[in-house]
Amino acid sequence: MADVIQLWQFPGGIHPPERKSLANQSPIRHLPVPQTLYIPLRQHIGLAGDLIVAVGERVRRGQALTEPGLQGAVPVHAPTSGIVKEITQHPSNHPSAIPEPTLVLESDGEHESITFARLEDPHQRSTQELLAHIQKAGIAGLGGAAFPTAQKLRQPQHVDVLIINGAECEPYIVSDDRLMREHAETIVQGIQLLQQIIGRPEAIIAIEDNKPEAIQAMSDAVAGYSHMRVQVIPTLYPSGGEKQLIQILTGKQVPATGYPADIGILMHNTGTAYAVARAVYHGEPLLERVVTLTGEALREPGTAWVLLGTPVAHVLEHAGLVPGPQQRIIMGGPMMGFTIADTRIPIIKSTNCILAPTAQELPAAATEMPCIRCGHCEQVCPASLLPQQLQWLAKAKDYDGLKEHHLADCIECGACAYVCPSEIPLVHYYRKAKAEIREQVIEQQKADIARQRFEARQARLEREKQERLEKHKKAAEAREKALAERAATATRPAVDAQDPVKAAVARAKARKAALQQADAQTVQQQAHADTASADQTPAQQSPQQARVAAAIARAKAKKAAATKQDDSES
Amino acid sequence: MSFFIASSPHHHQRRTTQDLMRIVLLAMVPGVLAQFYFFGWGIAFQLTLAIATAILTETLCLIARERPIRQALQDYTAVVTAVLLAVSIPPLAPWWIIVVGTVFSIGVVKHLFGGVGHNVFNPAMAGYVLLLISFPVQMTSWMPAVNLAGAHPGFFDSLALFFTQYTSEGFSLNQVRLVEQSSMLDAVVMATPLDHLKTELARGFTLSEALNHPMFSGIAGMGWQWVNAAYLLGGLFLLQQRVITWHIPAGFLGALGFCAMLGAIIAPDTLPGINLHLFSGAAMLGAFFIATDPVSAATSNRGKLIYAALIGVLIYVIRTWGGYPDAVAFAVLLANLCVPVIDQYTRPRTYGHSTGGSSS
Amino acid sequence: MSLVTGIIALVILAVIFGLILGFAAVRFRVDSDPIVEQIDEILPQTQCGQCGYPGCRPYAQAIADGDDLNKCPPGGQATIQKLADLLGREAKPLDEAHGVEDIKKVAVIREDECIGCTKCIQACPVDAIIGATRQMHTVIADECTGCDLCVEPCPVDCIDMVAVTPKPDRWRWDLDAIPVQVIDATTSAKESQHG
Repeated sequence: MADVIQLWQFPGGIHPPERKSLANQSPIRHLPVPQTLYIPLRQHIGLAGDLIVAVGERVRRGQALTEPGLQGAVPVHAPTSGIVKEITQHPSNHPSAIPEPTLVLESDGEHESITFARLEDPHQRSTQELLAHIQKAGIAGLGGAAFPTAQKLRQPQHVDVLIINGAECEPYIVSDDRLMREHAETIVQGIQLLQQIIGRPEAIIAIEDNKPEAIQAMSDAVAGYSHMRVQVIPTLYPSGGEKQLIQILTGKQVPATGYPADIGILMHNTGTAYAVARAVYHGEPLLERVVTLTGEALREPGTAWVLLGTPVAHVLEHAGLVPGPQQRIIMGGPMMGFTIADTRIPIIKSTNCILAPTAQELPAAATEMPCIRCGHCEQVCPASLLPQQLQWLAKAKDYDGLKEHHLADCIECGACAYVCPSEIPLVHYYRKAKAEIREQVIEQQKADIARQRFEARQARLEREKQERLEKHKKAAEAREKALAERAATATRPAVDAQDPVKAAVARAKARKAALQQADAQTVQQQAHADTASADQTPAQQSPQQARVAAAIARAKAKKAAATKQDDSES
Repeated sequence: MSFFIASSPHHHQRRTTQDLMRIVLLAMVPGVLAQFYFFGWGIAFQLTLAIATAILTETLCLIARERPIRQALQDYTAVVTAVLLAVSIPPLAPWWIIVVGTVFSIGVVKHLFGGVGHNVFNPAMAGYVLLLISFPVQMTSWMPAVNLAGAHPGFFDSLALFFTQYTSEGFSLNQVRLVEQSSMLDAVVMATPLDHLKTELARGFTLSEALNHPMFSGIAGMGWQWVNAAYLLGGLFLLQQRVITWHIPAGFLGALGFCAMLGAIIAPDTLPGINLHLFSGAAMLGAFFIATDPVSAATSNRGKLIYAALIGVLIYVIRTWGGYPDAVAFAVLLANLCVPVIDQYTRPRTYGHSTGGSSS
Repeated sequence: MSLVTGIIALVILAVIFGLILGFAAVRFRVDSDPIVEQIDEILPQTQCGQCGYPGCRPYAQAIADGDDLNKCPPGGQATIQKLADLLGREAKPLDEAHGVEDIKKVAVIREDECIGCTKCIQACPVDAIIGATRQMHTVIADECTGCDLCVEPCPVDCIDMVAVTPKPDRWRWDLDAIPVQVIDATTSAKESQHG
């Protein structure tokens, strides 16, 4: 690349200490297979697939555990062979740790695989075949958002540029760095497949200039390919953010309400390209991923291939965690990762790093002080927002103001909170406000639906009432008409004809008498019932009636018990 | 043991408000030393008393508002306010002047508006303006710079003047000033170069005649030019430390300089030039230390430029046509008033949006 | 004389400006939603009737006619505050007589106990229960407003009000609410000796 290629800049950005040498010195290692794996049924953005294995069933490595189903979800696969122990609610790999449906796989230690079906002659295959294969392999974006890869590739828009994100701008994390150094060839194969699927656009592999070895390896790997180049970009956090990287490479901005595809750009992570190549050329579904194990509280930091579903405790054990008081375990990097409260949480498709810092390394946040409007946050915001203004609005719960100040465009990179001299946890305020706004929108939608349903029901009841009245009126009219006809045709005595009231009274009397008789009979029956019902009723009544009777009896008993309790209480 | 939960980011630059204020105080050292050199011991007394009063007032206000005291005192914001006020007033002004000014700055302008981060006006400048319009005589009694005066009152004479308004020999401040001036120069009562210039121009002299005075040797007046140069040095240090950005000083000095240049071209006989405007009075102090007070300044880069340029223009206007010789304080307060409007109309264009926020 | 002129001038001015203002008030009138619509918009639409009116809309009408605005337990204090802001009235605390603010719940039918009496279907204000006579009924959880009205009519008490379980994508970032796993102190001590 002799000619100088123009790069652009995004506004703001920061230079936090990189601390990448902690983990990027040694090759990617393999961890032993854990005894128990917790495989969440949903590891991507979207709905979970349909479960296709049963509890107690033995599964082999690579066997699909869920299938896409009606929602077209991304399937998950068994990372090792073993027995499906149970399907249960297990703490999720999410900041909230709220339990989600998880398959518990008890490893049998044999690590026995199914025969992987690779796609022969991939370059002769149609786009649909390739996409179906990628979908079946359970590949979701490995950069962190875990967006289903096949779905992303299926965008209808024309793509001019495919950006492969190897920036890895967040401090500490070196997963992509190591992967690029060791598997550059495979990544390039994957990129070629991605290009084939979306119509052979130019591919740019963007790498920050603090990874010279990875840049060298990737440059060597792309040497023979046209339409593919490595682009070195200056190290600046958060240049690896999708929107920021697009701005650096093309100078364009993704519209606030749109996707990169709207401006002819598609971005995939290096890890995703690698997984695609493995799936197509070797038939391997996504079973494991590179995770950076780093932080000074670990005796053996480095990178490792970790089976999806491995509990964090297993990983920390093999990385030699030396916990301090108030130890933090961070999923992801120091800028955007979240702390976990429970080490049973599994590694999933989007986990790229586990960081265990000491208190000296990343001291806990100090007390929040008042904002002095210094504007440093504004200088570093990559989205050109007004962080301190947002902070005031978030504290005042002025959600309309927040929307007007484009809170939704905040990428939560943490640059503002990093520089804030008052140590205000700005991002936390934004997250809470975003959640609150989202809840309000959902509640409003629900309320609107409830109102519609209520009004529809009222209208229906009204209509039914009208119809009933109409029917009654018609019936009455018909009766009157019939009566009149009868009166006209009949040759009855005048007295009877003139006195319909008398007739009516007589009719009513007769009916009353009949009713009284019936009542007397029921009373009599009731008296018999106590003795007779035991052998009589079950024979006569259908099972349905029996259940009704049982239910009524239960309800009565309950009511009686309640009154009794009330009595005793009062 | 249990794990510790926190929200991201988990990393912090660790440069707190306290650190920023310490750097500001450090950056003011050259200017303060220059003032000490040219105007004598007075500045030392003013600083000491101002800081003591500021801390006391801050403590009392925090107690009254039931806020944590230690934490707020440690951020040094009150000290910075006190120092800015102390260097702005005449070194030998009586002791109660600085006390009144500091109490007003901290108690009223800062705490009555909600404490640090909430004040609309720059506390030091609001205090200064209060003093200037309440006690005009004391507030304009600047000593001539040391080069002109020969020798300033010594430590004890200064101390005596500061507290009693009389030297140990019984001379009042004005007498001292007159003696100093008459011993060196013609017996014109004069204060600062700007003050002198204004008086002379008002008396019908042309600019060159007015400037034909020993105190205007150098580029902008004895003493004052060096004080300004010292504050410029401190300001450059602030820029280098990234405590402030270039926008406010550039907008301030650019606008003031541009106006001065324009004036000097249009009316060279009556309007002084760039050098005099930029290196006299509180120009440099204002550009780097006062207008850059983050709380009362505009926040976006564009907003900062507009805000600072507004100050620059106002300073020129007041200096040239107003009733006061210097105008940094008035200009800053007027610009403070405009900050919400400036902020409203200078919102940067958010990523992915076609227009800025102000139109929505 | 001048006094009279002054008074006359002022009167004339007052009349002129009065006319202008009056004209402006009619000509530039801002049409807003009828107040009942706006109130109804704020109410949570649970249609629970705890306020004493048969649904949210009737209560909105009642508030517009001057009823108290603190009778809506599902909306809670937030709704009261919004109503107070809208109507320029004082925000009172929730009237306990109508119930207390509770967490969000949905009705769940214990289906094997259901006898198919359709009483709950008739009671549901938003038609969120499906079923037919002598057939098992069930609640459409997404449509249920948690109004509680189906619980009382059930002859066999097979309807429970169950708290809505939070989902990760509806989480509100309450860090304090995360259950923290406690690790055995002795193992951690042993570990730290190694290091």
